[in-house]
Amino acid sequence: MSILTQESSQQSFLSAFLTAGCDSVAHALRKSFLAAIWFVFLTFPIMVIRVNTIENTVVWRWENMAYIAISIFFGSYIWRWLLARKEIKKDESKEETRFEGLLTQVQTKPVLKYAALGVIALIAIAFPQVVDLYQTNIMVSCLVYVVLGLGLNIVVGLAGLLDLGYVAFYAVGAYAYALCNMHWGLGFWYALPLGAVLGTLLGVLLGFPVLRLRGDYLAIVTLGFGEIIRLVLENWGEVTMGPSGISRIDRPEFFNMKMSIVDSTTYMYYIMIGLVIFTIFFVNRLQNSRIGRAWLALREDEIACQAMGIDKMKTKLLAFALGATWAGMAGVVFAAKTSFINPASFTFWESAIILSIVVIGGMGSIRGVIAGAIILVLLPEYLRDFAEFRMLLFGAIMVLVMVFRPQGLISAKRKIYKYEASNTASAGNE
Amino acid sequence: MNNPVLNVKSVSKDFGGIRALDEADLVVNDKEIVALIGPNGAGKTTFFNCITGIYTPTSGDVLIDPGAKGDALRINGKKPNIVTELGMARTFQNIRLFPSMTALENVMIGMHCRTKSAVWGAISRNKATRAEERAVVERSYELLKLVGLDEFVNELSSNMPYGKQRRLEIARALATDPFLLLLDEPAAGMNPQETLELEELINQIRELFQISIMLIEHDMKMVMSMSDRIYVLEYGRMIAEGTPQEIANNPAVIKAYLGEDDDA
Repeated sequence: MSILTQESSQQSFLSAFLTAGCDSVAHALRKSFLAAIWFVFLTFPIMVIRVNTIENTVVWRWENMAYIAISIFFGSYIWRWLLARKEIKKDESKEETRFEGLLTQVQTKPVLKYAALGVIALIAIAFPQVVDLYQTNIMVSCLVYVVLGLGLNIVVGLAGLLDLGYVAFYAVGAYAYALCNMHWGLGFWYALPLGAVLGTLLGVLLGFPVLRLRGDYLAIVTLGFGEIIRLVLENWGEVTMGPSGISRIDRPEFFNMKMSIVDSTTYMYYIMIGLVIFTIFFVNRLQNSRIGRAWLALREDEIACQAMGIDKMKTKLLAFALGATWAGMAGVVFAAKTSFINPASFTFWESAIILSIVVIGGMGSIRGVIAGAIILVLLPEYLRDFAEFRMLLFGAIMVLVMVFRPQGLISAKRKIYKYEASNTASAGNE
Repeated sequence: MNNPVLNVKSVSKDFGGIRALDEADLVVNDKEIVALIGPNGAGKTTFFNCITGIYTPTSGDVLIDPGAKGDALRINGKKPNIVTELGMARTFQNIRLFPSMTALENVMIGMHCRTKSAVWGAISRNKATRAEERAVVERSYELLKLVGLDEFVNELSSNMPYGKQRRLEIARALATDPFLLLLDEPAAGMNPQETLELEELINQIRELFQISIMLIEHDMKMVMSMSDRIYVLEYGRMIAEGTPQEIANNPAVIKAYLGEDDDA
């Protein structure tokens, strides 16, 4: 009896798999067939034709065409099944995945929470001791992106302002340190607050005129500003050294001690860990404050917000400037880490990556942004084995995340003010 | 004679070639309930938008005098948030709550302009900030209780029933500590029972907070029973002003609402 029910459930699974998102088996067959044809057509020029430039002959690789047709034909079944499953899931539960449920559980139970934090801390501390220089170096740049992501998260995730020129503030921080170091030998630890202050100032300066705009318009104007900063850096040769950049920037010193490159990278790593912790603390507190509340309200309804006495301009400007502060600091660290900067490091591509970190990780979610940074920065590194397919895979993963988890890897969970008889606002999550 | 808390002097508003408001005058006295009525498209909401700073009037003066002391302040062209800070709070005809925030948080937003803690307070979470946050939560809860929404306190505002959302908007406006409460069609979409309860609430608010209330409303029964004075707006012009009895018998008003026999 039990075997029979199992069999029938298997049968129903199979039929569900075969007809997912379609009316009938025939319909599904036709869809898959069309998809296969379409992909064969799309990939024909790159997968089938190969020109041998030495012998001036064309090699026709028909077998590739067959591989593509077959894999797309079956792949489309899986794709439709996944999409259908996602639809069912959406109806069933309130979009909390098993992973997120686990996270919530870990956070609500103090024992688990501290255990998890301890494990993370231990891994973070031990990391540079265990792995080699290359890995530590990658991790440092990953942490720089975590800080950048968390900074942009204030602007995009919390205040809902789409900023495509975030890299401008990053560049300002980096150049501030590089130039001060070159001319006056200013040390890293003095440059870090200087970068933060300059970032803030520029944020206010740029924010003032552009924050009258909303949504797409704001995005375009910030994009323009980002490019302007880069072009200034590129063309103002007397000051910025132009496209050739500035080299031999000092790495951070530790009580004037000379350090080997390995030690110095390890030191950099710990500095970044500290900065990340500081940033998380800062953003978290900010989010759960009067200001964070105002940002949320502003994101939801600007007119109502103003009618309730919130100064729109001031509130937005604050978000913009605070975001820029972190970009400025990250810039200083970047300059110190690479010890060479030029305008090519601050292109629009960089802004796009930082924004992707925020969006893919989960807007407004600190854990999400960290996850996003780790994936988006480390993935291309570890995908180096796949050589020329690296960026293709990277793009495919981004598309997949957006199809299956449009709210980001770890969606934002806000601390909700709850009124309880004990007259305190108690924390929910995050 | 008391000084008016709100004195609108011949305010006009043009949208391109269309004159939405044409030299409208209006006075609200201390602790008075004033209704603004008029046919659809008469310019009532435009009038509200002009006095709350969402629009800048083309001409005329909007004067406020929060304490009714006789030193009026001109507020034309001031931003909406400044107007609210000065003490005029409004609700919206089409409810504009913050949907993903709870009822409590919506009211807490209303208290934003009466609180101070800034970035440093948020980061350090010092004594003053914690005390302020606690006070904000307490006060917000009191206001919710007052409008009868204490059971919805932790509910997302988008999940609340329509009539309750209207009440929440009133609580949020009250949280800004106004001297004049402006209600844009507070009874729209409510059944007779809810309308009665709302009327009771508005009267109660006036008694408790000692504030003036101005409302736009289409429910004539409610307007007639609760207003001290009524203004009638038609095609952007104030065509009548007076007590409910005077308005009910005013030929111009009857003409505006019902039309008249046309001989010409």
